[in-house]
Amino acid sequence: MSAREPLIVQREVKPLDFLAAGETASEFKELLKSLGIPTDICRRASIVTYEAEMNTVIHGGGGVMSLRLEDDAIIIVAEDQGPGIADLEKAMQEGYSTAPDFVREMGFGAGMGLPNIKKYSDKLEIDTRVGEGTTLRAYIFIKGQREE
Amino acid sequence: MFLSEILGLLEAEKVGKSEHLSVEIGCAFASDLMSDVLALASPGSLLITGLTNIQIVRTASMLDMPGVVFVRGKRPAKETVELADKMGLPIILTNKTMFETCGILYAAGIKSCFCPKRSGQ
Ligand SMILES: Nc1ncnc2c1ncn2[C@@H]1O[C@H](COP(=O)(O)OP(=O)(O)OP(=O)(O)O)[C@@H](O)[C@H]1O
Ligand SMILES: [Mg+2]
Repeated sequence: MSAREPLIVQREVKPLDFLAAGETASEFKELLKSLGIPTDICRRASIVTYEAEMNTVIHGGGGVMSLRLEDDAIIIVAEDQGPGIADLEKAMQEGYSTAPDFVREMGFGAGMGLPNIKKYSDKLEIDTRVGEGTTLRAYIFIKGQREE
Repeated sequence: MFLSEILGLLEAEKVGKSEHLSVEIGCAFASDLMSDVLALASPGSLLITGLTNIQIVRTASMLDMPGVVFVRGKRPAKETVELADKMGLPIILTNKTMFETCGILYAAGIKSCFCPKRSGQ
């Protein structure tokens, strides 16, 4: 384990801005690629970032996305001060969604995002409080080991 | 099969710059639900969809998809084309329906991409 400083990038995302949504995920993906991270890891990180970013944009009232690159892990954090998630267990199930119709018309809101984030990350932590906000932290281990 | 051949089979037209038509296409995923594309499509597959908003380009690029087919002749918004051009993602537009598009490509040897089962099934 080297003592290298982790690389940290933070981006603000605006609520309901569907033109800009996904810019952060694209930027993080390009950055990881340029640092020589293997393609499949870059792809997993970008899917996780994109799903989390869409949730922040759609449900969270906007927030801050960050990427932290450590020696052995990529950590993606999405933090918002939105409404929070009342029933997290339900929200983690495929098909559960409170997305409004205009979001569904854009092809989203099928309740697949959180399960997909779980699938593509090695470890997932979600802290949420109704009326205060949500912080999602997804870890992707670069050497591929899964936490038991 | 090259995307340029698919352009011919679907009597499609290029949208925007669409410079990379010489890309090889082996498999495809068709859906109007980007949630499902993100969860189920395998990377590298061609995306066939009837939606044309800017997030279609974002979704395709996250999955390293080599191209997008817009069906039912629906013209994309300007920002969709601009982003696709910026990302070097080719888009082709056909008047055929989703069903016809899939049928033609399937008959021509394009495979369905590997899809993991949904959990709980
Ligand atoms: N940051 C957030 N703030 C508040 N609620 C959230 C947040 N993220 C998710 N949720 C809640 O959890 C539900 C499930 O989220 P999930 O990402 O799985 O599906 P979705 O966003 O509704 O649809 P999809 O991701 O398929 O487009 C959402 O509908 C919403 O009710
Ligand atoms: Mg979501």
